[in-house]
Amino acid sequence: MAKLYSECTPPKKDNLNPKKETIEFLLNYSKALSVIHCNKLKFEALLN
Amino acid sequence: MKNELITDAVLVRNYINGDESALSVLIYRHKQKIYSFIYSKVLDRDVTEDIFQDTFIKVIRTLKLKKYNEEGKFLPWVMRIAHNLVIDHFRKNNRMPKFDNAGEFSIFSVLGDDNLNAEKQLIKDQVESDLRRLIEELPDDQKEVLKMRMYKDMSFKEISDVTGVSINTALGRMRYALINLRKVIEKNNIILTN
Repeated sequence: MAKLYSECTPPKKDNLNPKKETIEFLLNYSKALSVIHCNKLKFEALLN
Repeated sequence: MKNELITDAVLVRNYINGDESALSVLIYRHKQKIYSFIYSKVLDRDVTEDIFQDTFIKVIRTLKLKKYNEEGKFLPWVMRIAHNLVIDHFRKNNRMPKFDNAGEFSIFSVLGDDNLNAEKQLIKDQVESDLRRLIEELPDDQKEVLKMRMYKDMSFKEISDVTGVSINTALGRMRYALINLRKVIEKNNIILTN
């Protein structure tokens, strides 16, 4: 039988969604991040 | 349903103006497309999760710093960030290639480490020193032949020349040396395996 040199198809994943924790982290990160404008400079601050 | 009516552009504007819930809508709206896109490239759930997170961290920072130029192309912009992070991931991995055993072909079936680990090396040294002590117990003629054959790797012709006995005698001494060794090993229940 001829050899197949193509890559094998990756197993199909039905549930391709990020974890709940990842999304929660991102939303919390967004809430904690604030940008401070000072003269013409911008500073990022992560506040918990 | 209501969320679907609000365009990405409006949500982005609201988010920049301080509406945190707009980000949540944007993430939930596009998470599957972005996550699937990353997974289709890296084929690893953990790496996908990391890249997905890094993508949105970049999105959040860019939006908060007001560096994003809204052209009604939010999703393609996020996809581009994800794409660049995927490339970064592969660049990093090319410097340190990783092989997994997920496919049919395992690289370790071809590549192997023949060196013994520390424990096996210790056992091997122990077995060899035990064996040397046992050999010392053999009669001199048998010991001489066995040492020449096993440790000096001489042929029986060479052994017979050196010791001045016939090849058959050398063969016989070797045979008795092995028989005697086996007897001693059996009698004393010595385990000589590693």
